[in-house]
Amino acid sequence: MNIFAPVGRAVLAFFSMVGRLAVFTGTTLAHCVRPPLYWQLLLKQMFRIGWLSLPVVGLTAFFTGGVLALQIYIGSYRYGAEAFVPQVVALGICRELGPVIAGLMFAGRVAAAIAAEIGTMRVTEQIDALSTLATNPFKYLVVPRVLAAIIAMPLLVAVADAVGVFGGYTVATQSLGFNGYVYLNNSVNFLTHQDVFSGLIKAAFFGLIVSLMGCYHGFHSRGGAQGVGAATTDAVTSSMIMILAANYVLTSVLFET
Amino acid sequence: MSQDTPKVELRGVKKRFGSKVVLDGVDLKIARGESLVVIGGSGTGKSVMIKSVLGILRPEAGQIFVDGEEVTKLRGSARDEYLKKFSMLFQGAALFDSLTIWENVAFGLIQGRGMNRKKARDIAIDKLAKVGLGSDVANLSPAELSGGMQKRVGLARAIASDPDIIFFDEPTTGLDPIMADVINDLIVSTVKDLGVTTLSITHDMASARKISDRIAMLYKGKIIWEGPTAKIDNSGNDFVDQFIHGRATGPIKMEVRA
Repeated sequence: MNIFAPVGRAVLAFFSMVGRLAVFTGTTLAHCVRPPLYWQLLLKQMFRIGWLSLPVVGLTAFFTGGVLALQIYIGSYRYGAEAFVPQVVALGICRELGPVIAGLMFAGRVAAAIAAEIGTMRVTEQIDALSTLATNPFKYLVVPRVLAAIIAMPLLVAVADAVGVFGGYTVATQSLGFNGYVYLNNSVNFLTHQDVFSGLIKAAFFGLIVSLMGCYHGFHSRGGAQGVGAATTDAVTSSMIMILAANYVLTSVLFET
Repeated sequence: MSQDTPKVELRGVKKRFGSKVVLDGVDLKIARGESLVVIGGSGTGKSVMIKSVLGILRPEAGQIFVDGEEVTKLRGSARDEYLKKFSMLFQGAALFDSLTIWENVAFGLIQGRGMNRKKARDIAIDKLAKVGLGSDVANLSPAELSGGMQKRVGLARAIASDPDIIFFDEPTTGLDPIMADVINDLIVSTVKDLGVTTLSITHDMASARKISDRIAMLYKGKIIWEGPTAKIDNSGNDFVDQFIHGRATGPIKMEVRA
């Protein structure tokens, strides 16, 4: 038995996947900047992708902010440093947990929905039908979703930041005995523009990752219901992994201080 | 361009997926205004052939000409322009399930040609009437229609943009015999009205006989016989005989792997 053959096959499959993904990304970005742009579809996707994600993202941000306040209180109490809870919560939410938690929820919700919808269109030949009706599937399906995600994600994260800080505030004032005015004042005065904007830049990248993965896996799904199911799973898992990997890279690039 | 230039011509078209050769040098000519039906078993590459002409798939070798112009290497806007000559009725109708029936029929007019919605809707209603559907279905969604009605909507969508060439992919598959015959009649009548060139692929011989001027048989990636529909029963070709009579025994061996 030859052990090199399966290893070689896996390596080749990996590189052909990377290549296909690179071509797909390039084609998408090229179509993003070339007219025509379907405005109505973009607005519809911003509603579906962005607005309808608000409850999920808001709820997770609220609980994350709350639990963060509790944990930091427990830790800092040992050093008598519990007065720093508002600052650390605000920093943690804006720089890290806001974008990442929102990104992961976004991946679960949006990458899955996009992959399932486009995947079903692929296996029922609706994407081929688009081509025969003189409509470019990239422009009609991919570009509105990708642009909508890139625009919606920073807005969602801005909301998640605010809700997350509010979650910490609620826990701190209700069960940890903080003064509400002092808590908010400390949070707001401590944060710099850099803290907030670097999180929003991350968010835009996460939006790109999630929508691209959803579209890519949907576009390349085959084989009926099972294929669409596999595409949906792949879209969610790959976008989550890529979000966490990109988060590290972006953090090391953006936070050079 | 002379009258003799074929509307569509394939020369030595080859396409394979991995190690599996699907089209192994297909040569085919379709004259202007002609209705050609390509028959062949499942998995013989009939759909791949049509998708190659449409540029949805790119053949590895060979050339495809439309109106005497080579189209195999067209890209970008030149390809979009070329695709406006075609339309296609898909096997499963491939209606857009997020749109209503009339929006489906008018899709090519609104998205492809930028026609305003009101005018496009009127044309869509008119085309729906041509395939025997009333304006009462216009605002329904595709999921609310039966398979046969979806096929009719697909046909209305295919003729909506007044194409030069229409492809029919298994137009009668999955329909009961009566509805299949209704679709065949509609294909014949709409196509004769418009004077378009058609290429159909099917394994339904009743349909093939009814809608074709000429029949070609695809087997193992090659055209092994072609001739006028009237001659199909005396083709002198064992493969064709076995296929049109649906016999399990003969020179064609069923491949287990598609």
